[in-house]
Amino acid sequence: MTTPKTLYDKIWDAHVADEAEDGTCLLYIDRHLVHEVTSPQAFEGLRMAGRKVRAPDKTIAVPDHNVPTTLDRLEGIKNEESKIQVDALDKNAKDFGIHYYPVSDVRQGIVHIVGPEQGWTLPGMTVVCGDSHTATHGAFGALAHGIGTSEVEHVLATQTLIQKKSKNMKVEITGKLRPGVTAKDITLSVIGATGTAGGTGYVIEYCGEAIRDLSMEGRMTVCNMAIEGGARAGLIAPDEKTFEYVMGRPHAPKGAQWEAALAWWKTLYTDEGAHFDKVVTLKGEDIAPVVTWGTSPEDVLPITGKVPAPEDFKGGKVEAAKRSLDYMGLTPGTPLSEIKIDTVFIGSCTNGRIEDLRAAAAILKGKKVKDGLRAMIVPGSGLVRAQAEEEGLAEIFTEAGFEWRLAGCSMCLAMNPDQLAPGERCAATSNRNFEGRQGRGGRTHLMSPAMAAAAAITGHLTDVRDLM
Amino acid sequence: MEKFTKITGVAAPMPLVNIDTDMIIPKQFLKTIKRSGLGVNLFDEMRYNDDGTEKPDFVLNKPAYRKAEIIVAGENFGCGSSREHAPWALLDFGIRCVISTSYADIFYNNCFKNGILPIVLPAEQVAVLMEDAEKGQNARISVDLEAQQVTAADGEVFKFEIDPFKKHCLLNGLDDIGLTMNKATSIDKFEAQAAATRPWV
Ligand code: SF4
Repeated sequence: MTTPKTLYDKIWDAHVADEAEDGTCLLYIDRHLVHEVTSPQAFEGLRMAGRKVRAPDKTIAVPDHNVPTTLDRLEGIKNEESKIQVDALDKNAKDFGIHYYPVSDVRQGIVHIVGPEQGWTLPGMTVVCGDSHTATHGAFGALAHGIGTSEVEHVLATQTLIQKKSKNMKVEITGKLRPGVTAKDITLSVIGATGTAGGTGYVIEYCGEAIRDLSMEGRMTVCNMAIEGGARAGLIAPDEKTFEYVMGRPHAPKGAQWEAALAWWKTLYTDEGAHFDKVVTLKGEDIAPVVTWGTSPEDVLPITGKVPAPEDFKGGKVEAAKRSLDYMGLTPGTPLSEIKIDTVFIGSCTNGRIEDLRAAAAILKGKKVKDGLRAMIVPGSGLVRAQAEEEGLAEIFTEAGFEWRLAGCSMCLAMNPDQLAPGERCAATSNRNFEGRQGRGGRTHLMSPAMAAAAAITGHLTDVRDLM
Repeated sequence: MEKFTKITGVAAPMPLVNIDTDMIIPKQFLKTIKRSGLGVNLFDEMRYNDDGTEKPDFVLNKPAYRKAEIIVAGENFGCGSSREHAPWALLDFGIRCVISTSYADIFYNNCFKNGILPIVLPAEQVAVLMEDAEKGQNARISVDLEAQQVTAADGEVFKFEIDPFKKHCLLNGLDDIGLTMNKATSIDKFEAQAAATRPWV
């Protein structure tokens, strides 16, 4: 009998091109996604060494981090440095002959939304990108790593990555979610339970009934934040929902190739009795709508909770909590639902897909954004935007008082003009609440799109269940 | 890439846990298309006031640490964004070695591509070195990669583990891409076989 394998083991084994005696492997890369911020130095390295892109057909580039999301952006990018980076990507894509979605293309968007949308991301693949949220693609049962720029150059030149195998971790979410609880609450709650270093050295496989019940969009939200939990990648075994999502996408296989692919994809699951080095189990019904209160994604509490005190923690976290509370301008003991906000940001590769916009629209329909609040929705891609307009969601947003933007990373990391002012407080659907992440001195509370929409209406952090 | 063999020097203490790459190099400095010149903006928001003047309390602004080559840090150093600008900024400032109980995965790998040695030691040993680091010029720490050991100011020796391949590359300043290119036949073979078994890729 062969040893039972995990999903991670199976994908790994199918991609080892070379293995050294010490276990260091050359892992073959099926898809390499590229954006403007982490790639210029890699292309420059290739040029200097006189190297080519080994597999331009497997390499896809799209500008997203720096691009403005205002309607006038086709008139040109005003920030000189951002423009230089986007221009550099234009040129590199052309010079090296890789697939490219420029700012002017309706398919442009956040790289982790464009990949799946165009059918570049398929089950069983290895996917890399010079961006930590590459973990998103794990929702398809693809092994997806974020890599550094030197590794981007390595993959461009050799189509492989030097890797050692990680350990296997299983995160099981049993049972059903309660109303008002979403994929975002699952993924934040897992990080709250394991800490931001809990997954270090592991690849996580998410499983259990609550995960199976999620749509592909929800699964992408869960895997997206595997990295905030410290893991190298997150995985979810592909199933009928996955195949249905993939079928017919522009770069998905067709005809006989589809049949062959499907036959293989159906073998991609963790065998009965396979070994996991670590197992974490959460009950779906125990998960509440959550928000973050601090400056680390592990600072997660149910919205019904109160701001904690530094003394509630142990070790180095006491000092970190003190610093967080100071930075966030919060007093221990304050009910989270009394925290007033200035800005709402709905978007990012965590929650910028159509389902996220539908969830926000369901709460916002016929309502108005609280007076004096700035609220924006930034769709994850031009196609998500188009679909939202077709479904009438855009109208709900603009009528409620939201700005309706073009696709990009926007206020998720504030590299473009969308930024918080010092001291401004934001309800955000993105994935990082680090100091200064959304603008110097800006204060970020992470939550689901429905929760962010609820906060937009009331002007403070709000339990979405009160508005349902 | 510059080789790493041995260094002896002052270490800057940064006991904070979860120091993320946004702190190490904030995003406004990612707009460069070069690898060099980021050192002045290392830890920018912790290091400078809004008007650009230095915050005297920040460790790297104190006279003793302005030329530090080592950082002793709290756990989970380098978490967050995958930006390689973080090790580029550390290197450009002059940091060649970080000592902590743990690192985020991508940051850890990125260090090796840039001649920086990230050392993992148990909490008690990091605490000893943190104390040394607090003493500034009066307590120099030595790091010897070949011997895989850190020597504290009072002569106490701590052994550390490191992946042999990563050690070899760092000791010799080897470029990964060149090494991998030597394995082109394996990659060709894999590609041919994958094209047959998974033609849709
Ligand atoms: S949306 Fe945010 S997290 Fe996602 S790729 Fe863009 S900057 Fe990174």
